[in-house]
Amino acid sequence: MDLHTSYLGLPLRCPLLASASPLSQTADGVRELADAGVGAVVLYSLFEEQIRLQELRDFEVSAMHEDSFGEATSYFPEVELGTDGATPYLKHLENCVAAVDIPVIASLNGSSLDGWSDMAKRMESAGAAAIEVNPYAVPGNLDVSSSGIEERHVEIVQTVTAAVGVPVAMKLSPFFSATGAMCRQLDEAGVDGLVLFNRFLQPDIDIETLEVHPAVSLSAPNEAGLARTWVAILRGRVQASLAATTGVETGADVAKYLLAGADVVMTASALLRHGPGYAAVLLAELAAWMERKQYATVDAFRGLLAVGTGVDASGYERAGYVAALTHAKETYGDFLIRD
Amino acid sequence: MATADRVTIDGNEATVNVAYRLSELCAIYPITPSSTMAELADDWAAKKRTNIFGTIPTVIEMQSEGGAAGALHGSLQGGALGTTFTASQGLLLMIPNMYKIAGELTSAVIHVAARSLAAQGLSIFGDHQDVMAVRQTGFALLSSGSVQEAHDLALVAHAATLRTRVPFVHFFDGFRTSHELNTIDLLDDEVLKALIPESLVHEHRMRSLSPERPFVRGTAQNPDVYFQARETVNPFYARTPGIVQECMDLLAEQVGRAYHLVEYAGDPEAERVVVVMGSGGETVEETVNHLNASGEKVGVIRVRLYRPFPVAELVAALPRTAKVVGVLDRTKEPGSNGEPLYLDAVAALSGAFADGTLESMPRIVGGRYGLSSKEFTPAMVAGVYAALAQERPPTGFTIGIHDDVGGTSLDYDPAFDIEDDQTLRAVFFGLGSDGTVGANKNTIKILGEDPNRFAQAYFVYDSKKSGGSTISHLRFGPHPIKAPYLVNTAGFVGCHHFGLIDKLDVLGLARPGGVLLLDAPMAAGEVWDALSRQAQEQIVAKDLQVYAIDAGTVARNAGLPGRTNTVLQTCFFAISGVLPRDEAIEEIKKSIRKSYGRRGQEVVRRNEAAVDAALEHLHRIEVPDEASSQRNPRPIVADDAPEFVKSVTAAMMGGRGDALPVSAMPVDGTYPSGTTKYEKRRISDLVAEWDPKGCIQCGNCAFVCPHSVIRSKFYPAVALDAAPESFESAPLNAAGLPESRYTLQVYAEDCTGCGLCVEACPVTPIPGSSRKAINLTDVTASLDQRIENVGFFETIPHNERARVDFGTVRGAQFLEPLFEFSGACNGCGETPYLKLLSQLFGDRLTVANATGCSSIYGGNLPTTPWARNAQGRGPAWSNSLFEDNAEFGLGLQMASDLHTQLAQQRLSAMREEIGAALVDEILTAPQIRESELAAQRARVDEMLRRLEGVEGPMAEDLRSVADHLVRRSVWIVGGDGWAYDIGSGGLDHVLASGRNVNILVMDTEVYSNTGGQSSKATPIAAVAKFASAGKTIAKKDLALQAVAYGSVYVARVAFGADPQQTLRAFREAEAYDGTSIVIAYSHCIAHGIEMSKGLEQQKRAVNSAHWPLMRYDPKVRERGQNPFFLDSPRPTIPLSDYIYKELRYRMLKASAPEEAERLLEMAQQAVDQRWATYEEMATREAAQFLPDSRKKD
Repeated sequence: MDLHTSYLGLPLRCPLLASASPLSQTADGVRELADAGVGAVVLYSLFEEQIRLQELRDFEVSAMHEDSFGEATSYFPEVELGTDGATPYLKHLENCVAAVDIPVIASLNGSSLDGWSDMAKRMESAGAAAIEVNPYAVPGNLDVSSSGIEERHVEIVQTVTAAVGVPVAMKLSPFFSATGAMCRQLDEAGVDGLVLFNRFLQPDIDIETLEVHPAVSLSAPNEAGLARTWVAILRGRVQASLAATTGVETGADVAKYLLAGADVVMTASALLRHGPGYAAVLLAELAAWMERKQYATVDAFRGLLAVGTGVDASGYERAGYVAALTHAKETYGDFLIRD
Repeated sequence: MATADRVTIDGNEATVNVAYRLSELCAIYPITPSSTMAELADDWAAKKRTNIFGTIPTVIEMQSEGGAAGALHGSLQGGALGTTFTASQGLLLMIPNMYKIAGELTSAVIHVAARSLAAQGLSIFGDHQDVMAVRQTGFALLSSGSVQEAHDLALVAHAATLRTRVPFVHFFDGFRTSHELNTIDLLDDEVLKALIPESLVHEHRMRSLSPERPFVRGTAQNPDVYFQARETVNPFYARTPGIVQECMDLLAEQVGRAYHLVEYAGDPEAERVVVVMGSGGETVEETVNHLNASGEKVGVIRVRLYRPFPVAELVAALPRTAKVVGVLDRTKEPGSNGEPLYLDAVAALSGAFADGTLESMPRIVGGRYGLSSKEFTPAMVAGVYAALAQERPPTGFTIGIHDDVGGTSLDYDPAFDIEDDQTLRAVFFGLGSDGTVGANKNTIKILGEDPNRFAQAYFVYDSKKSGGSTISHLRFGPHPIKAPYLVNTAGFVGCHHFGLIDKLDVLGLARPGGVLLLDAPMAAGEVWDALSRQAQEQIVAKDLQVYAIDAGTVARNAGLPGRTNTVLQTCFFAISGVLPRDEAIEEIKKSIRKSYGRRGQEVVRRNEAAVDAALEHLHRIEVPDEASSQRNPRPIVADDAPEFVKSVTAAMMGGRGDALPVSAMPVDGTYPSGTTKYEKRRISDLVAEWDPKGCIQCGNCAFVCPHSVIRSKFYPAVALDAAPESFESAPLNAAGLPESRYTLQVYAEDCTGCGLCVEACPVTPIPGSSRKAINLTDVTASLDQRIENVGFFETIPHNERARVDFGTVRGAQFLEPLFEFSGACNGCGETPYLKLLSQLFGDRLTVANATGCSSIYGGNLPTTPWARNAQGRGPAWSNSLFEDNAEFGLGLQMASDLHTQLAQQRLSAMREEIGAALVDEILTAPQIRESELAAQRARVDEMLRRLEGVEGPMAEDLRSVADHLVRRSVWIVGGDGWAYDIGSGGLDHVLASGRNVNILVMDTEVYSNTGGQSSKATPIAAVAKFASAGKTIAKKDLALQAVAYGSVYVARVAFGADPQQTLRAFREAEAYDGTSIVIAYSHCIAHGIEMSKGLEQQKRAVNSAHWPLMRYDPKVRERGQNPFFLDSPRPTIPLSDYIYKELRYRMLKASAPEEAERLLEMAQQAVDQRWATYEEMATREAAQFLPDSRKKD
């Protein structure tokens, strides 16, 4: 059984990737993932905003007390911290790249255009095989319009692809007014891959202590529908590679995404639930299914059930997007469009 | 001649720059003002900088200066090139080894930032008392008078010691030189090598101990030979001055700067000559040039080599025309016939006269100047020369003070000024936290970079550890700046905090026609009207050009709230025009990148944004022809303050302490208690505000308040009849007192806005609001009202101690704190413990306080926080030294025991006269509970009443010690630097003494006061100075060491994690009739946390088992139960969740992630193992612990 595939132009030994999660916080963790057979690892995200805030806080807590009192002009040694707060991440990236022989993809959540390009360049120098940009942000500012957000996404893709030579993927939120159009715009802007979709951390409320708790929930297979639908729709419509993530629990879930047209399938939840070794189980299940279905290669069935396959090309031209979505509605259920 | 790098650095750096390159070993210990030398050496070693021999010096921190000297001695005997850096008491602790090192003719250099000694009071500032106290040790003493000299003569000292075998103390004036930034030429390695040929190093090594060529050194000698052996070294000392001069000449050949052992400057036919040593020599020389230019005939002899005293050179240097020689000493020897330099000069000149070298004997007089960095100005020098011109010049005089007691002080005209017109002078008034000093350091470095410009900066700091002011004195110009004294008239005055213009004499320093730059938090059009009448009058009278900027807003908008420094620095460059504007801005940005680069790009970005935004907000303020303001600055202290506070303390507070005469000073260092309450500092606009509706009256906020600004009282409702309208109260939330009201009063003028109270408040949120029952709020508009409320609150009587439940945090809030409003850092983690001590035991408390943070915020003038109650009782407080505090406290306790016994004896002897029943009660009544103590006080009062009119020695004796019949509470308090390091031996001895003393160790896990150096309390994986690569040795378990004695009550507490346990431990410790030690977690600015999160960190420290709460009570062991109580719950979080909230740990993670990971693992292991040990101990049988074997009376 040949599981080889390619993603963002990178040849991979299989279509299962470990997506950003705490499992990639140590080089040993990354090695375990590689040992379990994943095709590539996406490291946890470097949050530029967080780094900047941490730098500022560190500056405040140390600088506030400097040169205030005769006995002590400072309270900390002059430690060479590297250039900034990103250094530990980049060192970690370097270590991971050295530790495994599969591609290591760095994930970046920037907060300024300068930050996006600078950090991406540094990730590239640290050996990242590709950069996954993750513009995850809850638009709490009610003055920002949807078009503003979309333009920002395009700008980020343009900035980062211009800054680095390695491929660039973007991990998207599922909450665009026009996800397809957004993806197309990003595709035109030169993105090498689209990762569908990001999960939002939605805080919970404790009704006893009356406190808000940041909550992290793992995804479940029934959440895969949304991503699968968009993969199916986008397959063949964009140049960019498609990565599906969310709700991968079994080899069957992997197969479904590939049938819908994903180039690769990513999971964090299953690996967090069952341990990094579970990747081998998923791959074995996928291989067993392929064997049963007599698919010798992944390409043999990839996109078999994508929207494009069932739609007449000229019909698609005429009816355009609506027709495609109608087909999607028939194929995948009617949660997409209710009008 | 070698080309030189030009840098602007301070005297400490200039010195260690050479010392480091010439040493193989630096044995170090922090002490102000020398710590920077040790810190830099450690920093360079950590960064693997090599010395001129191509090796990286070993830098080792010792437990005390005594330890450093011991290690130095050993390293020298082992053949290494060793050095150390110290000052003041630190140098005194080295004396025993100094005799040894010198007696064995061992080459070594000790670099000293010369500092005052603790006598009637401690002073961190500069004079020659410390170096004069080692002049008899056999060390040579070489003095530097400027930053350049400190750099050059450091080399001469190292070169000379290897040639002479005589060890050297190289010293320069603490602060004045050690902390002055000045532009100097650096010596490069080739110059160093030229003066230190390796052959000398090899000879030094060959003299070392080696089993290959064994000998004994350090024998015990007897009356037959010791004397002769002591005389053997004379030729070495005789040769030394000549060799030092040779080294100076070698240096001159290399770099062109010529020095001499003694150096004469002035008129070759001078009639009046001053002899002086140290930085004062610069001032005298500059003044001499000025005086001679106006026709006088004066001169100065600057002494550089003080030991061995260069008699011939001094005699040779003296112009034969001299009629009067005035010798100035920067030291004080009470009871002597003159200070040392004076006596040396007398001996040298009279000897020369006797042997005919000198044909006539000039009159020689001596005087003192500059103690504790007292200013020594050209005006004072002129005053000295004027005095020397008198027909009978005074001797034993002082200059720079007004001695109205001894009449020693000379008059001088303070207006006398010799400053070079081409030197621009600027003074900046800032707050410690706003970064003014840091920006000025950068400014001076920028200006000093121009090869045609020289620059100098010196900084004056507040006596408070935070919330205080800083004053930066800057000079720059085309000529080298030899002015080691403060700027007294400045062409540019920056006032970086609007409030300072009312508090300090900001405008007094402005030159007529000069520039005033004001940071004014208001629109430009409102600035003039916001000034006080006095300020307006001075501005008009001096015709100042006034500029203003709302720097606070500009900084806040740039994302740097509170950091106004770069904004104002930009304005300074723009207004002063010292550099072209664009060049200045580029230079500022360059320096921002240099200073802040290692702190991250965001910090750089925001500072650059602040620079860019500054100038568009800068405004020239129109100055009218006359003052119009009706506002007068607030008086420094209120009218009802005691006379001493009004006349003496207030002068110090207002920056006029220099003008206080000798007669105003207490003769023995004794000062009144409780003066902080007169210093209403108003350092925060954000102040705690109580919400009576939501409050559950738990007392947590009052308990944790580091500044004692939150107080509670309950009282009958009728008391409110006279209350101001805005005075708040609530029904008392306690059973049995239905008619009582409760008020939690915040002392708004004293609150620092630290926010610990808000964090401690368990009420969250109040229904319908997101607020707690105590919150920070801006009080600028309501301050007067709040002051009125405090005034009313003060009229409500304190709750009777006997009616308060001491056992609970809720009850403790009603106890009056007798430690209040200290100048500790905002949110300090130590002071809540001291406040608690004062609440629980304050009216019978004696405190022995180790030197350190707590002795500074506890005892630094002008105002001190240990207070007294309405009956006039309160903590008696004293600080002896750093190293001896346990012993000092033990002495206090023993004196107390003696006098208690004496009182009991006398009382028994007078049993019949006084009344048997009363006497028996006094002698036997228990004195543990507050009610028992109150009853005992009443008995003693009654006894004294009965004793009234009774005469005779027995009665007199009894009266003199009767107060000891009420049980005293002696507490030995200090930080971890004392308890774990320098005072460890004494502490251990006191723990083993079995005496009834109580010890409180406020453990910040680092030397906080001197700036964050590692101690044996510093945990694994934390970064600290002297442990910049992360501490790799585990923290000492002081608690278990104390438990091992069996007779010691031991507790480990953290008030932020479990205040109830803290309270319990304090009370048990105090009640225990034996030695008690309480080790208290104290969060600290040196941890790198937001201080408002201090309590959260305490909880994390406990929950991760880094700080397991425990008590060990030998009395419980006596009852047959397990005396070891583990008061913490099992760890609930990994250590990483605690430590990585602190910069001290994160720094290592950022700088050396692998090592951080390794050390985290080790630290977690250490924590786990200790927890297991404690858990096991908590489940043992009583018999498994050592019994208290002391004999019970």
